[in-house]
Amino acid sequence: MAQVAHGEPELRRVIDEDRELDGVGEQELLDLYRSMVLLRTYDERSLVYHRQGRIGTYAIFWNHEAMQAGSVHALAREDWIFPSYRESAIGLLRGMPPATVLHWWRGHPAGWWNPSEYNVASICVPIATHVPHAAGLAWGKKLKGEAACAIVYFGDGATSEGAFHEGANFAAVMQAPLILFCNNNQWAISTPLSAQTRAETLADKAVGYGMPGTRVDGGDVLAVYEATREAVERARAGEGPSFIEAVTYRAAPHATADDPRAYIDLERVEQEKKNECLGRYERYLRRLGVLGDELEAEIKSEAADAMRAGITAAEAEPDPDPELLFENAYVIPPPNLREGWID
Amino acid sequence: MTEKLLVEAVNDALHVELARDESVMVLGEDVGRAGGVFRATAGLLDRFGENRCVDTPLAEAGILGAAVGLCMAGWRPVCEMQYDAFSYPCLDQLITHVGRYRWRTGGTMEFPITVRMPYGGGVRAPELHDDSPETYYVHTPGIKVAIPSTPADAKGLLAAAIRDPDPVVILEPKVIYRTERGEVPDGEHVVPLGKARIAREGTDVTLVAYGAMVPMCLRTAEALQGEASCEVLDVRSLRPLDEEALLASAGKTGRVVIVQEAPRTVGFGAELAAILAEKAILDLRGPVLRVTGFDVPYPYWKIEDMYMPSVERISHAVRRLIEF
Repeated sequence: MAQVAHGEPELRRVIDEDRELDGVGEQELLDLYRSMVLLRTYDERSLVYHRQGRIGTYAIFWNHEAMQAGSVHALAREDWIFPSYRESAIGLLRGMPPATVLHWWRGHPAGWWNPSEYNVASICVPIATHVPHAAGLAWGKKLKGEAACAIVYFGDGATSEGAFHEGANFAAVMQAPLILFCNNNQWAISTPLSAQTRAETLADKAVGYGMPGTRVDGGDVLAVYEATREAVERARAGEGPSFIEAVTYRAAPHATADDPRAYIDLERVEQEKKNECLGRYERYLRRLGVLGDELEAEIKSEAADAMRAGITAAEAEPDPDPELLFENAYVIPPPNLREGWID
Repeated sequence: MTEKLLVEAVNDALHVELARDESVMVLGEDVGRAGGVFRATAGLLDRFGENRCVDTPLAEAGILGAAVGLCMAGWRPVCEMQYDAFSYPCLDQLITHVGRYRWRTGGTMEFPITVRMPYGGGVRAPELHDDSPETYYVHTPGIKVAIPSTPADAKGLLAAAIRDPDPVVILEPKVIYRTERGEVPDGEHVVPLGKARIAREGTDVTLVAYGAMVPMCLRTAEALQGEASCEVLDVRSLRPLDEEALLASAGKTGRVVIVQEAPRTVGFGAELAAILAEKAILDLRGPVLRVTGFDVPYPYWKIEDMYMPSVERISHAVRRLIEF
């Protein structure tokens, strides 16, 4: 059976080859680094907050930061992001306060942001059903003559869902400016990729939709950036959607409620942890002479401060008004909505 | 006013609403070049162009899912599901997203999606072209549902749905698409959601129905003339529901028979009966009775008439109630 493994030669790489990208100077490299550190800090602190009972169940995205930051940095502000729960904090890269995302994981309605404020759609909890939304947004923008494109994030398991197929095909037929970004971490909770598909690679699926599919090293932030930048250029040129398979390995549990020791290859996890994406990028930046101890400490301290302020703000938020039960589902609610409510 | 068939009134509404608001667009299977398998969308492609009347791939969940994104991009999509039972794949999008997305954004975004589909039996069609799925839709929070029974209401309710800021499902009774003929106001015509209609005045029994069961109840009322005076209440809007009209008619006659062609258990008639039990118990002179389809798959068409509520079955319920 075909096994997709991190480290295969056909994956696009930049960092390990010590390549440099056109148009990516020191400023851009450090901006990417700041984003990765912010996401990493968000994720690691969230795990602590969960253990302390300060947030609820949480979907860990440790070692997915390169995929998220690398791809978002290739977008323009007017482009739309459609996250799955694995990208719950991706709005931070668009200026969303950490408290907003923490509210979401605290089950507080203050965490339900206005998508058009950040051009970040709501977190999609079910698998792959947001792929058609992203196709529709991208197509709708194109019909209106606007330049914006969209990116939709999903995992390897999502490629088995009907909604992925319908959304991808819809985008292709309409030549919608969409980037389908698959974070292939090779596990859907306990289901390995080999039980998910017989396709040799997930990028192969793009052929069936008549769109280009490319594979990148998902732990290489610059490879992700480069591949996404190409897909965005293609989308803006009116050439339609692209599929990016970013290959990595899930080095953390699926979520705080999951214990992967029952099914995962623990040796492989240890190996992945040693080669995790933030450390790899730091070593690259140091080789280039762009990052030193002082700057690293400063950037990490900024992120830690942002998270401290975030959890403080989240915990200071009063409990939601029970009246919110009846608000927001409808613009014009039906008259019997409050039937059975005792005032 | 122009005399139109019910399906012509649907078409008229789409022409008027697309002309009125350039953010309104129609999408679905065979809606463009073919003008819809029932011709409900005829002429839209030629008049409004391929960006506003779009033939889509065969993907019901994709159509409704794309509609969510189209709303985010500023469109007002009107999605056609080709047949009632073909809409089931789109229930995933409807339940998990369409009814929840506004709520999920803290009320900051609107999703003015209209889903319209021909529904119901009696057309001698193969399996899964005959269902009455209204309960699935009404049961989904965030969704409004309306069902016309006359050409004028078919136009007015569809216009109301398109203009409504919330998602609305319109079920069009296909068996009367080309048998119900009536005067339809020209130009803009809106029938507000949430208002029932007295289709026939009466004093002894109220027959409550919607869609193709309204003309069936009117025929029953006609047949029972001299024996029982039947009032026929056309619900029109299942959510929001005009409870006042229901309770007023029940209060007037004291006897209620609810007629639906959908399967019996947990059908919309059960909800109407529950409301009457909660709020009209002292007005009622007998039990609320239901005449419904059966809890079986919609049958082969050689015996579909045995499944469908008929003048005979409705009359039987009326007599039982009067004799109670």
